[in-house]
Amino acid sequence: MEDLAKLLQELPFFAGMSSGDVDEVVSCATTMSFPAGLHLFHEGEPADRFYVVREGRVALEIYVPSKGALSLDSVEPGEIVGLSWLFSPHRWQMDARAVTDLRVVAIDGDCLRNKCDANPRFGYDLMQRLSRVAQQRMHSARLRLLDLYGRAGSDVR
Amino acid sequence: MAPSRYRIGWRRRETADTVTVGLDPVDEALAVFEPGQFAMLYAFGVGEVPISVSASRGGTQLVHTIRDVGAVSHALCAAPEGEVLGVRGPFGTTWSAAGVDVSDLVLVAGGVGLAPLRPVVHQVLGDRHRFGRVSLLLGARSPDLLLYTDELVEWSKFVDVQVTVDHATASWSGNVGVVTELLPRARFDPAATLALVCGPEVMMRFAARALLAAGVAPGRIRVSLERNMKCAYGHCGHCQLAHEFVCKDGAVFPYDRVRPLLEVKEL
Amino acid sequence: MTDRRHVIDRAELGQLIEALRGRGYTVVGPQVRDAAIVHDELAGVGDLPAGWTDSQQGGSYRLSRRDDDALFGFAVGPQSWKQFLFPVESLLWRARRGDNGFQVETPSDEAASYAFIGVRACDLAAVGVQDRVFMSGTTNDSAYAQRRSNAFIVAVNCASPAGTCFCVSMGTGPRADDGFDLALTELIEDDGSVFVVEVGSELGQEVLGSIEHRPSSDHEVQRADAVSEAAAQQMGRAMDTTDIKELLYRNRRHPQWDDVGDRCLTCGNCTMVCPTCFCSTVEDTSDLSGAVAERHRIWDSCFTEDFSYVSGGSVRTSYPGRYRHWMTHKLGTWIDQFGTSGCVGCGRCITWCPVGIDITEEVRAIRATDGQEGH
Repeated sequence: MEDLAKLLQELPFFAGMSSGDVDEVVSCATTMSFPAGLHLFHEGEPADRFYVVREGRVALEIYVPSKGALSLDSVEPGEIVGLSWLFSPHRWQMDARAVTDLRVVAIDGDCLRNKCDANPRFGYDLMQRLSRVAQQRMHSARLRLLDLYGRAGSDVR
Repeated sequence: MAPSRYRIGWRRRETADTVTVGLDPVDEALAVFEPGQFAMLYAFGVGEVPISVSASRGGTQLVHTIRDVGAVSHALCAAPEGEVLGVRGPFGTTWSAAGVDVSDLVLVAGGVGLAPLRPVVHQVLGDRHRFGRVSLLLGARSPDLLLYTDELVEWSKFVDVQVTVDHATASWSGNVGVVTELLPRARFDPAATLALVCGPEVMMRFAARALLAAGVAPGRIRVSLERNMKCAYGHCGHCQLAHEFVCKDGAVFPYDRVRPLLEVKEL
Repeated sequence: MTDRRHVIDRAELGQLIEALRGRGYTVVGPQVRDAAIVHDELAGVGDLPAGWTDSQQGGSYRLSRRDDDALFGFAVGPQSWKQFLFPVESLLWRARRGDNGFQVETPSDEAASYAFIGVRACDLAAVGVQDRVFMSGTTNDSAYAQRRSNAFIVAVNCASPAGTCFCVSMGTGPRADDGFDLALTELIEDDGSVFVVEVGSELGQEVLGSIEHRPSSDHEVQRADAVSEAAAQQMGRAMDTTDIKELLYRNRRHPQWDDVGDRCLTCGNCTMVCPTCFCSTVEDTSDLSGAVAERHRIWDSCFTEDFSYVSGGSVRTSYPGRYRHWMTHKLGTWIDQFGTSGCVGCGRCITWCPVGIDITEEVRAIRATDGQEGH
């Protein structure tokens, strides 16, 4: 049986979190693994948990008729998969597929939301961490929208 | 300054719009082009464009990777083996990857910005013990637009190569995202690192900021800028970025020198 | 050179022109044409604008008749000497299809030998400014260097500055101190002008020696000096150049750029008439058969839309951006690049701007609200 607390504290997402707070998370967490190719979740399914990648890569995809599954983002070790569990209607907006064999920590969304309600300070800390992820993803998406490598705005070399 | 004649010795298509050519001198060979320097390549009757060298392994052959974005580059990309082009150069400043008191090297390349950095990779491969940890962080629009894919495998034996694309295809199982997202995974000692960045200017600004946030000193980040060039030796006035002439004071600049200039619109 | 000065009269000035032509120079100087005083080949002293003067203000240039017959009783016209040393258009090289792709021919090295008659102190300073652009980098423009070393310069010290002159502010005039072969100061007499001559070089001494001349009297020297002293008091404009580079560097976001950008037409007149503007472009052309290609260098202006074009678009698309670039370069970045200001205070950019933009006013406006942001 792995020491989940130790495992969590080593992940950058939880860096600096007090051991008391880490224990709160541990009580909602479990480890899981997925073989390559398996989906963690599909678009539209209930979003009741999020994942922290320990090993492997996850592709976030949207299925477009006539084009198939288009990968919009990849999630690497140390990063998290899933923000939709935070907000109603609590439904996944994309598919998540294990690109490689995958080991994750799965954290129950209901459980964690209850902890946040009971302990607002813990909730505030968690929200800060999650907001930072959202900010980074938004920035990355915006830069990619500029299509800098395309004909408009690229270099001539 | 009149062009020297160089014949296309070999030609290799890299992607749908990019070609690499190996040029051999017809007249007396020009001086050696150092990594980071560029030539003005002339297509007969069409015109000239500045293109960095994409290999610098000694000898008299010049290697350039050209992207088809206008009339001149189109003519250069279409020119077959055996055709004679005009070449002026070498112009500009060099990457100076070696000979500094740093041990680690981080190369950040966006799109065809990998071409001017490729000679640095060759330099590292040719003298591996001179460098400590070397990372190449490479971004491209999509997997089919990655350059030098056959060489990446060989490079990754000596250098930590990380690749990401903005837009994935069905068969792509690698990273998806902007190239700056690769930085947290690179291993380097910020206090002893030289970072060389090349790509679209917006990408270079963000990459430089990410490197600064990671603790690399601004004087140890070098960017390769691009401006309109006609003469390439500081007389025509076109390439000015404030007081700097990009053709002769650059194109490679230490970031601390150009950072305040890049932050002013239309400078 | 020596402090000794000489005097020549109008006829002897004609001899000077002849002597220079006899030595193989193409003699160019001011003459009236199309209601302006322009620079062209001088057949003789009769071509000079005797009895003419100019009135200049922002966006305005008018010639009018003087009460006397002074040969140099005006300031500067739309042209400087730039077009002779740095031609508007020149062939850089020609390539012909043939063996080994093509053969490159460079034009013969024979450069023109010009004798300039009537170079004002501001324009003389401008030649010095362009010398630093074209001849003091790692790459020298050999065609320029050759024309420059071939040139014989007869300067004229201004007696009638114009409304847009500010050479005193820029430290370039109104007296020519050096850089000439001969310098003349016109003394207007009832029976025709005489010219007090200063020798500035050995070649100047030699040429002077080949024509009739006499030593000047002390009184004539005093009168000549008085002409320059009086001219210095008649400047139409002034520019405070204290820390001007730093002033412009820290005011790149000043709202004045939007103000002037609203008025500027980006017509580029200022860059054409400016005696120091040096930007050029190249044109690659070929003949109809495609067998012969040529590359020409031609004057360009930073006010054009594609001046700063890189793949995808231009860096300076807005009018304020382009005006800011020109003015900051002229008065500021030029100093970092070449060690002197790019401006000599000739006032042409003010006179020939169709909307009368005044570079001295723009500096004043920025200085008045130094540090303001809003651009």
